[in-house]
Amino acid sequence: MFWKKKVPLIIVFIMGFVMALQYFIPSDFSQKFYDTYLDWGIVIGIFGGVLGYFSFFRVHIHKVTKKAPNWQFSLISILCSLLMVVAALLGGRGTGSLFMQLFLYTSAAINATVFSLLAFYISSAAYRAFRARSTQAAALLLAAVIMMLGRVPIGDSISFWTRWGLPSINEISQWILNVPNLAAKRAIILGVGLGSLLMSLKIILGIERTYLGSE
Amino acid sequence: MKFLAKLEKLDRRIIYIIITIAVVLPFFFRMGLPISVSPEVKSVYDFIDGLTPSDCVFISGDYDPQVDAELSPMFDAIVRHCFEKNVKVIVANVFNLQGIGLVEPRLKKLAEEYHKVYGVDYAFLGWKQGFSLLVMGMGENFKKTWETDYYGTRLEDLPITQPIRNYDQIALVVDLTGSGVFGAWITYAYVQYRQKIAAGITAVMAADAYPQLQAGQLIGLLGGLRGAAEYEQLIHHPSLGSVGMEAQSWAHIAIILFIILGNIGYYAAKKNKEK
Repeated sequence: MFWKKKVPLIIVFIMGFVMALQYFIPSDFSQKFYDTYLDWGIVIGIFGGVLGYFSFFRVHIHKVTKKAPNWQFSLISILCSLLMVVAALLGGRGTGSLFMQLFLYTSAAINATVFSLLAFYISSAAYRAFRARSTQAAALLLAAVIMMLGRVPIGDSISFWTRWGLPSINEISQWILNVPNLAAKRAIILGVGLGSLLMSLKIILGIERTYLGSE
Repeated sequence: MKFLAKLEKLDRRIIYIIITIAVVLPFFFRMGLPISVSPEVKSVYDFIDGLTPSDCVFISGDYDPQVDAELSPMFDAIVRHCFEKNVKVIVANVFNLQGIGLVEPRLKKLAEEYHKVYGVDYAFLGWKQGFSLLVMGMGENFKKTWETDYYGTRLEDLPITQPIRNYDQIALVVDLTGSGVFGAWITYAYVQYRQKIAAGITAVMAADAYPQLQAGQLIGLLGGLRGAAEYEQLIHHPSLGSVGMEAQSWAHIAIILFIILGNIGYYAAKKNKEK
């Protein structure tokens, strides 16, 4: 209980206040403290990465040995991970190396392909979901159409009304981004900022303890 | 009316085929649609255009293969512009490990094209554990934070990084990202060290950056493939961004037509039910 609950709370309390103090009271000591904190943070992050990698192996080896459902995928994950490590150790990581070729022609290609499918799903979803069922839905639909046209060159090409001094679709889309979008985003950002501040205080003071995990 | 009502339930395969045609055909038959330049892209261009050969631009390729098609054209255009102006370029992947494989080969290819020397005109730092701590560390001691480049050479030994102590020697940070990490650059590099920052972000994330842009926390913004295409127009080097813009134009038109057809079908079906 002491090591699992009390010690983390004490560390968070001390570090939270000390970091706030060092930011607002600049001195040689606080500068040295800040530099040390940066070094420590990076070192802890490296250990976190190593821990994550071991955790990855533990989970997948457990699945393979227990023959859990879809254990074959776990085996492929382990083998691919080791293959990348061996490729980097033997052939380096620069342009043209086996490591880079494997990344570019398998991992990158697969990732890009899966993401590209979004274009088709979004088209189908837009066709089915964008219905002008109410005034609000119609306004949303209109804004979406203006944005879609305004973000591509064809929007400028079809804005024939600009000869009468009216704004082009591109200019209207820019206005939507700069005025209504910005007003809404700024309100959200301010709300999130104040919320983060309160949450930080609650964590430092030990009121919010969910980050410690369950019993 | 019954025919119109059928438009509400088009087979998704028809949609997929038409979208495929709309995306693929423009790569073979180009129309040369004019691309107007937005003020936020122009301000990034103007800033880099005003730099001298002694200045250094730090580009962080914080993106992964999913958004490569949108962000790599931006990377190419900005690096091209810097090389044309003989501005020094340091590239890293502060927030995304996968970005290494996407930007390193491009940087090398562009450097060869412009006859730039590694370590003198450009350098590649790759990725290092730390994320936001790296951004903060660069403001205190650049060389201590990174120590070596991607290939293991000490930064003390590279002429390009020798004079860099902290952000004071970096004219501009350009963050290329498909996520909200440009916010971390603003929080830690702009707020604490007043570092000038420009962002190149995906179209879906672009709307999120306008508050920071208007507040002056970003000097400029390249939003989505259009941002890349606009930059390509400015440097007079139309490339992947400009070609992609035509495909995107037709895909958007196709989606809008489907939305219109869907609504016609919806109202026709509604009228049929009322009868």
